[in-house]
Amino acid sequence: MSQATLEIVRISGHPGPVPGEGVKRAEQVCKLIDTTTCIGCKACEVACLEWNGYTFSETTFNNSYQTMPQTAWNYWNLIKFNEHEREDGSLMLLMRKDQCMHCADPGCLAACPADGAIVQYANGIVDFQQEHCIGCGYCVSGCPFDIPKFNSETKKMFKCTLCADRVTEGLEPACIKACPTGCLHFGTKDDMKDLAENRAQQLREHFGFDKAGVYDPPGVGGTGVIYVLHDATNPEAYGDLPKDPHVPWVVRLWKGPVKWLGNLAIVGGVIGVALHYLRFGPKQVDGKKDEKGGRP
Amino acid sequence: MSASQTIPASPAASKSGDRILRYSLAERVNHWISGASYVYCLITGLAFWSPYMYWMAAIVGGGPTARFWHPWFGLVFTISTIVMFNMWRRDMAVTQADLAWKKAMPHYIRNEDEQLPPVGRFNYGQKVFFWAMFYGAILLLLSGLGLWFVESIPPWLRYLSIVIHVGAALVTIGGFIIHVYMGTAMVRGGFTSIIRGEVSAAWARMHHRLWYEQVTREKSNER
Repeated sequence: MSQATLEIVRISGHPGPVPGEGVKRAEQVCKLIDTTTCIGCKACEVACLEWNGYTFSETTFNNSYQTMPQTAWNYWNLIKFNEHEREDGSLMLLMRKDQCMHCADPGCLAACPADGAIVQYANGIVDFQQEHCIGCGYCVSGCPFDIPKFNSETKKMFKCTLCADRVTEGLEPACIKACPTGCLHFGTKDDMKDLAENRAQQLREHFGFDKAGVYDPPGVGGTGVIYVLHDATNPEAYGDLPKDPHVPWVVRLWKGPVKWLGNLAIVGGVIGVALHYLRFGPKQVDGKKDEKGGRP
Repeated sequence: MSASQTIPASPAASKSGDRILRYSLAERVNHWISGASYVYCLITGLAFWSPYMYWMAAIVGGGPTARFWHPWFGLVFTISTIVMFNMWRRDMAVTQADLAWKKAMPHYIRNEDEQLPPVGRFNYGQKVFFWAMFYGAILLLLSGLGLWFVESIPPWLRYLSIVIHVGAALVTIGGFIIHVYMGTAMVRGGFTSIIRGEVSAAWARMHHRLWYEQVTREKSNER
């Protein structure tokens, strides 16, 4: 995939412009996850492992249906199960398929120092290129969804690719293909937004979920994975889904003004000492009298 | 270890009255461990700092190799800085003489050394550099551990680690530029002293008169 330069719109840690940016245009792809029709069967988890060549490893049991507490470097797709008490005292089991959100403005890419380790394709998919990854973990700090995970053996970062390899071949992502209830949809961003808004409206008007809505956070420029939630005002209830995610301002500051001020200071320092030498020269001990002792 | 303790240990000092031992072998070795590990962290750190300096990673084996060794060399740097702290902390305490020297610092910058008040083993500028590097190393270590084990800490600590690591690194880089310039090009005799350990009596008299008087007094007492 990294060879498809004409389909890349953003490159991490890259000096200068992106070669071939904008030559090939593409529709923005999008995965729609309707949490209201998810039954927590985990077919998507299995399909993800199968397609990407990982095997089931030991799972963690913590009095929940959830396979493990968090996604892992070799487990990119995890349904988060959350018991939620509604205002009327009744219980709901909220199930949210957690994976990379494929932000339009990816914080991982902004934080990454390695040239080409993270790319964004014209279709919006954000993809890690492990052959360029140096394993520094900056993407972990850049991501508002806590998605990139470190393989301590290979020293590389991994996450969901939105099945970029399948999508370029005209196939839907593996998780979508496996979903038995049709709670997962895949298509263009516009179509998925329409579908999601319709579903949310249906939930509000016919199912009594007054606060139903679509999760497509504008703080990261919108995402390539959007949710329909029963209660869009409380995404945190779905297992740490942030209400208003942003690329951390620290990362913005660090990669923006701090970098330029720092570079200016370093260059200024080097020029400063050079000018000092040209103007004042070295300190000699008592002129020539002590040449032998004073000089190297 | 103060300078006074190091003098009698040197056979070279007794051989030639003109030469004074300024840095013991242990001090020199530790200084260069510290210096080499700092330079490694500087090169690799600058590579991670800016895409325009990423090529620097290539000179030490490429991005992944640089990333692997950077924290380990950082650890070496911090340990040698702590050893240095143990060796020099008493000599590095700012004294009244230093404050007088600080006031006259413009003369030092303009190489008008005859107008400077006398100072001990280290002058005020050296002391400021030492403490900047010492506290810088501590901050770099703590924030570096945060960046090293980034997945095990909460997001606010990740952000704090980034800010501190970058800030402390920039401060030490500023000090490093001035230190290397002064140690090699500006103060003649300084570079030899941190390699071979010795300075001439005239050099000691000119740059560190109080220290010179102290060591010559101790030497004559021994005789």
